[in-house]
Amino acid sequence: MQSLSNRKKVLEQRPMNFWERIYLPAIFKGLTITIKHFFKRIPTVRYPEVQRPYSKNFRGQHSLKRDEQGRERCTACGLCALSCPAEAISMISAERQKGEENLYREEKYAAVYEINMLRCIFCGLCEEACPKEAIYLDGPHVTADYLRKDFIYGKDKLVEPRFDYKNQQEPTA
Amino acid sequence: MEVAFIVEKVLLVSLIFVITLVIAMYSTLAERKVAGFMQDRFGPDRAGPFGILQPLCDGGKFFFKEEIIPADAHRTLFIMGPTIAIITACIGSAVIPWGQQLTIGDRVIELQVTDINVGVLYMFGVVALSVYGIMLGGWASNNKFSLMGAVRAASQSISYEIAMGLSLIALLMVTQSLSLKEIVAQQEGFANWNIWVQPLGFLIFLVCAFAECSRVPFDLPECETELVGGYNVEYSSMKLGLYMFAEYIHMFVSSALMSALYFGGYNFPFMYELGLSQNWITIIGVLVFFAKIFAFIFFFMWIRWTLPRFRYDQLMNLGWKMLIPLAIANIVLTGIITIIYDKL
Repeated sequence: MQSLSNRKKVLEQRPMNFWERIYLPAIFKGLTITIKHFFKRIPTVRYPEVQRPYSKNFRGQHSLKRDEQGRERCTACGLCALSCPAEAISMISAERQKGEENLYREEKYAAVYEINMLRCIFCGLCEEACPKEAIYLDGPHVTADYLRKDFIYGKDKLVEPRFDYKNQQEPTA
Repeated sequence: MEVAFIVEKVLLVSLIFVITLVIAMYSTLAERKVAGFMQDRFGPDRAGPFGILQPLCDGGKFFFKEEIIPADAHRTLFIMGPTIAIITACIGSAVIPWGQQLTIGDRVIELQVTDINVGVLYMFGVVALSVYGIMLGGWASNNKFSLMGAVRAASQSISYEIAMGLSLIALLMVTQSLSLKEIVAQQEGFANWNIWVQPLGFLIFLVCAFAECSRVPFDLPECETELVGGYNVEYSSMKLGLYMFAEYIHMFVSSALMSALYFGGYNFPFMYELGLSQNWITIIGVLVFFAKIFAFIFFFMWIRWTLPRFRYDQLMNLGWKMLIPLAIANIVLTGIITIIYDKL
């Protein structure tokens, strides 16, 4: 058949000539190639000690954000769960009681907020859907674990730690 | 036979034994490191700094593995296989001259376990024996793949021993001696190395040494892709470890033999012109000898990570149709040149 790309090459099968038959030139060629690699810079990153920088828009583990006064921003509207293509997010909402104004920003908050990290595909749609800027995928990798149940992350793992604005540091306990 | 003599020899033997085992041990690490660097990666570097504890970990692991002897295996032979393999690998180093002599007080210590006047033949015999370890192991396993590996090992070993012996004959025509000590002593300095008079013989010997050690590209006895694992399929625990160990000891001994026969052994350039005392010449000579051995071991590994394995028929073609005629031609050539040289 006619070649359309004009890149077709007909392989020519000929008996090996003398130099090819004694193998040595080919072996020397191979040896020079391998010794070049021996002295090459090694691209390996020694992982636990050295970590490659992540890209700025890397999407890792979710965190539920707080506002300037340390109150949870989430109002349990459910838009993140609705937008989630993997059905990974579920929540139970509750009404803010008197005296809890320093804990939750809105009158309604998420009493339970769970993300199944095995379902999550880290697409970032929850982040886009959130009207309160309460959820961001700005964490590190989700680490491995032994049991499926341990991959369902609750608020204990998701809510970001309170930030002490006066002392500019994370609280110790 | 005085006591001091026996003590001296026992110390020397144990020292060489320990050095052999340590080098074989660290060859496994070096192999993986070399493989790593040649494939643009680091190789093992987790156990200790630069991975120097890796061989210890591997050895320790081997001892704790379950030891399986197949139900239909021949028990005695099954155990004898790796034993013979490791013993024959170790005894080869007895005739290798590691250095000249050390003078401590009024004692002169020869750095060679024994200088028998047929040292080269002895080495040859030991190398020939080593195939028994593999043969017995492969046969006693009662496994088709093991047997295939063993058969390959035997036929490969026999075919390449001929070419090896023939290449050695040409060398012996030049050296006029079968004693390794004598051969090394002749190659004083740099210009007297046998490689300059026997380049073709060295090449043949080198190729045959690869085949005798069943190293890549001649590792047909244990080719994973065709024979699962070759003659050692049924082996586990330290018995498998011994087989692997034997292979590395073989590599070490044949490196030592090649350096001694062709590259002047402990001789180094300007050894007498520098005005050093005999003891210093000996010590530097031993270090130089080991440097040569390590260079050869590196070459073994370098080849391993460069070349693919030969097919069985290619192996036989190379051995019988190329190396043996070449070796015979080498003998004839050596003879003619020697006669012409003597007439001049």
